[in-house]
Amino acid sequence: MKILGFIVACMTGILLLYGTADFPAWGDPACPAATHVSNVYIEKTFEQTHVPNIVTAVLADYRGYDTMFETSVIFCAGLACFLLLRDFRKKKEHFYRHVPTGVILHVKNTEETLSVGKEFEYMDREWVPPDLIIKTVCRILIPFIQIYAFYVVAHGDFSPGGGFQGGVIFGASLILIAIAYNLKTLVKRIKEKIFGICAAVGVLIYAGIAAICMPMGGRFLNYGKLAPLIPGDPDHVRALGMLGIEIGVGIAVMAVMCIIYINIVSEGRHDEGL
Amino acid sequence: MTDLLPIIVAKYNYWLYVILMMIGLYAMIAKNNFIKKVVGMNIFQTAIILFYLSIGYKKDATLPIIELAHEGGHGPVVHAIDYINPLPHVLMLTAIVVSVATFGVAMAIALRIYQRYQTLEEDELRMRLSEE
Repeated sequence: MKILGFIVACMTGILLLYGTADFPAWGDPACPAATHVSNVYIEKTFEQTHVPNIVTAVLADYRGYDTMFETSVIFCAGLACFLLLRDFRKKKEHFYRHVPTGVILHVKNTEETLSVGKEFEYMDREWVPPDLIIKTVCRILIPFIQIYAFYVVAHGDFSPGGGFQGGVIFGASLILIAIAYNLKTLVKRIKEKIFGICAAVGVLIYAGIAAICMPMGGRFLNYGKLAPLIPGDPDHVRALGMLGIEIGVGIAVMAVMCIIYINIVSEGRHDEGL
Repeated sequence: MTDLLPIIVAKYNYWLYVILMMIGLYAMIAKNNFIKKVVGMNIFQTAIILFYLSIGYKKDATLPIIELAHEGGHGPVVHAIDYINPLPHVLMLTAIVVSVATFGVAMAIALRIYQRYQTLEEDELRMRLSEE
């Protein structure tokens, strides 16, 4: 199998390398990829949408359908992880640790988790002593990461950024909570249900903003027709429409990142993990 | 050899991506462990992303965000030759996130296989399946 795989990979590689002989030189401004539709995008984007970031304009406006279904692909990935892994059976054994003395309590044959006071804490199978440095650094760092994520989403029209990037950064900050503290802290702070609702609401915001354009007299995703609904300069209506759908994308991506992470590290139990 | 060298130097970026892509393909075909196969798939996707980004590059051009002259009134005059091609960037932006999603689903499936058959090796899994 290894030799066969090597031969297949080599043959495909040689064919592809042979194909590169006909490719344009690197960075050639006259190459086919940079001559047809790309020039139209670059020259007309600001005139038509008043958004300086061409990548965002193409992503959210010219190719809006593509991005909408891309977002639903992300949603479906989160759904698939949930359906494959989620396990609602409860554990029958629980460990609690008395913090001042270090005595460990072992509770058998009960599905209920005891409501522990301040002196006791819940223990996992892979329990490690809490690390003060890591916890403190993460507690200071996480709010800034989240604010940065909001900036990336909100400024996506004018500088590098957008819903996908901002959503991933925000999701990473939540995953950082789960890594620095433990998974239970994250699941306790933000319920599984909220993640699920966020993932659906994100896709719905996108599709909703796109659908509102239709009763306003435009086509699906034609933000220009939203002008009567939004006060202010009518030139910036498209930018605001793009901002709206970027927020939807950001929420969906954030929620799905967390759903995938939580389900994989805890094997669907949502109680212990990395 | 002396004839081949200028060809490689002129298009070394494409050669690098093809080599990277073949590393991924080889890992997907030949590796026995499912996680290694998934990592191979990720390497393959990365090669494609780099390939697309190198197509979008133009010499002496800046990134595709229009520089605004803050004068108001008329928009700036934009020449396509000053900005790199935005289209590959758009396509790869979504492809990166989708690759994360596919990676997540692949990991979930691998985890289910491990829960049921206690193995992630392909040959052991075949054995278990034929025993049943």
